[in-house]
Amino acid sequence: MSVPAELHYTPEHEWVSVEGTSASVGITEYATQQLGDVVYISLPTPGATVTAGEPCGEVESVKSVSDLYSPVDGEVTEVNSELEDDPSLVNAEPYTAGWMFRVRVAQDDNGDPALPPDLLSAAEYEELTKSAG
Amino acid sequence: MTSFAGWQMPLRYASETAEHHAVRRAAGLFDLSHMGEILVNGPGAGAALDYALTGFLSVLRPGRARYTMICAEDGGVLDDLVVYRQGEDEFLVIANAANTDVVLASLRERAAGRDAQVIDATGDYALVAIQGPAAAGILAPLAGGLDLAAIKYYAGTFGEVAGRKAWVARTGYTGEDGFEVFCRPEDAEPIWSALVSQGTPAGLVPAGLAARDTLRLEAGMPLYGNELGPDVTPFEAGLGRVVKFDKPGAFVGRRALAARASSGPVKHLVGLTIQSRRIARHGYPVLADGKTHGTVTSGAPSPTLGVPIAMAYLEPAAGEGDHVLAVGIRGEAVPAHLTDLPFYRRRP
Repeated sequence: MSVPAELHYTPEHEWVSVEGTSASVGITEYATQQLGDVVYISLPTPGATVTAGEPCGEVESVKSVSDLYSPVDGEVTEVNSELEDDPSLVNAEPYTAGWMFRVRVAQDDNGDPALPPDLLSAAEYEELTKSAG
Repeated sequence: MTSFAGWQMPLRYASETAEHHAVRRAAGLFDLSHMGEILVNGPGAGAALDYALTGFLSVLRPGRARYTMICAEDGGVLDDLVVYRQGEDEFLVIANAANTDVVLASLRERAAGRDAQVIDATGDYALVAIQGPAAAGILAPLAGGLDLAAIKYYAGTFGEVAGRKAWVARTGYTGEDGFEVFCRPEDAEPIWSALVSQGTPAGLVPAGLAARDTLRLEAGMPLYGNELGPDVTPFEAGLGRVVKFDKPGAFVGRRALAARASSGPVKHLVGLTIQSRRIARHGYPVLADGKTHGTVTSGAPSPTLGVPIAMAYLEPAAGEGDHVLAVGIRGEAVPAHLTDLPFYRRRP
């Protein structure tokens, strides 16, 4: 199972990729394996404000429906509209073509993106999925 | 893997959608060893089953099978069953895993004093099902000379698969042609492996519970706990044909079922297609002109049709005329259309 080292993670199985003040968000390969084939994704609308740890959408698979949580605070700038026609991209390429939405995050005093302190590293996330079996 | 009625079951091996398509186009292999196997044997076995079940089993010819139900005194469904007559005095009753104990206890009670033994054989059998248009072609070279063409739909015979003794039946729960191979537990693995080796070039894949559920839903087949339960009779489910009032003698539930057959239905099972990608799931309300008049029993994306489908219990009046139907999906009324069951019927 793939857990790219350069990404941040949440215990709810989202990943975050940060470039400057833009954070891209998706769900992990572990999450897609737990969900099975994804058939529908409800994403936040561009312009909406999202809050770390709060639901901002839904991921629906053949067998279940789960909330999608935002891993960061900020304003949604873009959503992956390809997922509307082909939600299976999330299963096929969870870290690339299956990305879900982008958020403009605030900067801290050093000019770095202000990320929640409780985001997990790849190693920490991998540990979490192992202990979950 | 998932826990199911005390068994560890594969929900999917890889992609449940791919597994579903494989069964429709080629073949899928299912491990159904969780199903309950109950033997009812003896000179009075047929008569005991006529009394215990809704069907007329004593007239079943050896080597044939029937889909039937076991009901409570009030007509409520305790389980739906497949019964094979394996010999003049031998019947094999297949129960759902979660209901095996109830079926067993009811059969024992109902067979008492009728010259029949009721034996729990669940632990003596594993069950491997091969389903799909390529199933017969894959199984044939492994079936030890058995003439599969001679096994009609809903029939079975003793034989050998991959050199192991088995009861081979042309039955299934997918809406496709296919076979169910009942074997000793220690023979399941070699039979499974032989079928995988033989079938892989023909497109056979192992298939899990998730694909089994979407396949049976497309085929309009009820699932106990969803469409069937102690609160419904076979008539609500559109399966009144399994109740054989013309058989001689009493049977459990007869009075209640007869009353139910002659009165108008309070609710009946319908098919719905959902005008969205969202899934109408078990327990969601069905709305007619904005008001709740029914409940979804099963819902899933239909890989074959490409749209979400559902079965639901609906008040009959809500399905007549030009009421606007919708399903309440987590607070949103999503339009739905009535669709004849089954959603999918294989070409003969």
